[in-house]
Amino acid sequence: MRRSLLFLSLALVLCVGLLMVGCGKKAETPAPGTQPQAEKLSGSIQIAGSTSVQPLSEELAKAFMAKHPDVKINVSGGGSGAGIKGVTEGTVDIGASSRELKPEEKGKVKEFVIAKDGIAVIVNPKNPVDNLTMDQIRDIYAGKITNWKEVGGKDAPITVVTREEGSGTRGAFTEIVMGKEKITDKAVVQNSTGAVRTAVASNENAIGYISLGALSPEVKALKVVDGVEATKDNVLKGTYKLSRPFLYLTKEEPKEVVKAYIDFVLSPEGQKIVEKEYIPVKPTK
Amino acid sequence: MLGRRIRERFYESLLFISALISVVAVFMIALFVFLEGYPIIQKEGLGNFLLGREWRPLAGIFGIFPMIVGSIVVTLGALVLGVPVSLATAVFLAEFAPKRANMILRPGIELLAGIPSVIYGLFGMTTVVPAIRFIETRYLAHKLPPQMQSGYSVLAAAIILAIMISPTIIAISEDALRAVPRHLKEASLALGATHWQTVVKVLIPTARSGILASIILGMGRAIGETMAVIMVVGNNVLIPTSIFSPCRTLTSNIAIEAAYAAEGPHMQALFATGIVLFVIIIILNLIALRVAGREVMSR
Repeated sequence: MRRSLLFLSLALVLCVGLLMVGCGKKAETPAPGTQPQAEKLSGSIQIAGSTSVQPLSEELAKAFMAKHPDVKINVSGGGSGAGIKGVTEGTVDIGASSRELKPEEKGKVKEFVIAKDGIAVIVNPKNPVDNLTMDQIRDIYAGKITNWKEVGGKDAPITVVTREEGSGTRGAFTEIVMGKEKITDKAVVQNSTGAVRTAVASNENAIGYISLGALSPEVKALKVVDGVEATKDNVLKGTYKLSRPFLYLTKEEPKEVVKAYIDFVLSPEGQKIVEKEYIPVKPTK
Repeated sequence: MLGRRIRERFYESLLFISALISVVAVFMIALFVFLEGYPIIQKEGLGNFLLGREWRPLAGIFGIFPMIVGSIVVTLGALVLGVPVSLATAVFLAEFAPKRANMILRPGIELLAGIPSVIYGLFGMTTVVPAIRFIETRYLAHKLPPQMQSGYSVLAAAIILAIMISPTIIAISEDALRAVPRHLKEASLALGATHWQTVVKVLIPTARSGILASIILGMGRAIGETMAVIMVVGNNVLIPTSIFSPCRTLTSNIAIEAAYAAEGPHMQALFATGIVLFVIIIILNLIALRVAGREVMSR
């Protein structure tokens, strides 16, 4: 008897605690009347999907919420697949995808291209090779070419570095480069962009692939297909083939807050935020 | 008087509830992992899942045999490298070390236990892996296939894990050595045995079960270690054929793919990997308890 009483009171304390936490959160939103804009936008938006798009969505949401304090935007991950599923099932307002929709997915949702991302194939700066064709990259990743001398480098084994299954970057790479070929089992697997970069930066014989936005001087990006450099301009022109779109998906024609948010993302202001890491699709001025 | 008793009861139940929380937590976690992972094992068949050689989660092929082998090989490697050195250290600390050496060594070893595993991983990735790669490409280039010349290898993981498990083995075996009854040691010395003979013929055999328990606990740590291993082992799904082979362990399989795995079979397969790991670790712990238990009883 006494024991159950104790249990009850403990549970009560917990509940009260939780309630207080809830209150604390509410108190954070500033009092009404402080927002700079005249039109009073309010409501909430759920965004879920590609983890590649997630950091960008978070930046965009932060900027949008700063302009409209009564709007609450929740950004979560889950992967492109989950984003597409979420929006078709109506569990989220906006689904994010970092791959083109498959034919059977098209038509069920409205698509907005909010940015483009390029994938850079990287090698160590000490590696003399700086130009590979798409076929050569595919053969290296399929395990058919295993020595750098076969593609004009020095006599050294190629250490192939790839991302784990399920990663959006790997998905995009597989789709664009590999086609029906499988990435070799012999490839070293690293589970983040940073880890791939470090693995390539610390190994003269390594080759890897990362998002164009994540390039840094410690690695060298290869020119792909007829010497086209991995740059934002070339992605937009469509000459650099290793690129993918970032999509926002909605179930129907967006309305109210969702419309305002997507308009913001495609506005020069939103595209400026895109430009920091990725490639904008609309003018930034 | 009554107030005192109630207060006493209150604290008693508070302690009881705290103790209960950890048990409930273990139970809930186990239940959750089993519920999430069991469907895929049922669908694929236990045999196919455990002995399948291919892991292509996006294509719906789930075989974790290479990772089971990977975990075992990496762990054995760590034991081969780590146990002799750790035991020697434990004997030294328990029997031979002068006070001052003890004062430096002991905190050092304790510190080793406190270093986060990602730091071990970073160290491994930037020093051990390149060192092994240097040996592979410079001296063994003609004997090894290209995928074994990257430095990422069973050997790299074993070296890092050997360092990581040494504090556990040292601390527990040292305790076991110190717990050997004084009269045994004195009898041996009185019979004219040297200090070294006494250590080898009397102390170590007497402390055997404690030492074994320490090794099994170290083994549990090695099998369960994730972060440091991911960073040095290469993570490709191939059955290792040499100490220079890269491979993937059960833990790294979960950690690498969990972040992006979509709900459904892929996630379930990762949970199922967790079940296998869980079972292995429970078995190891039971053996450790058994072995250590025997020691307690014999005392």
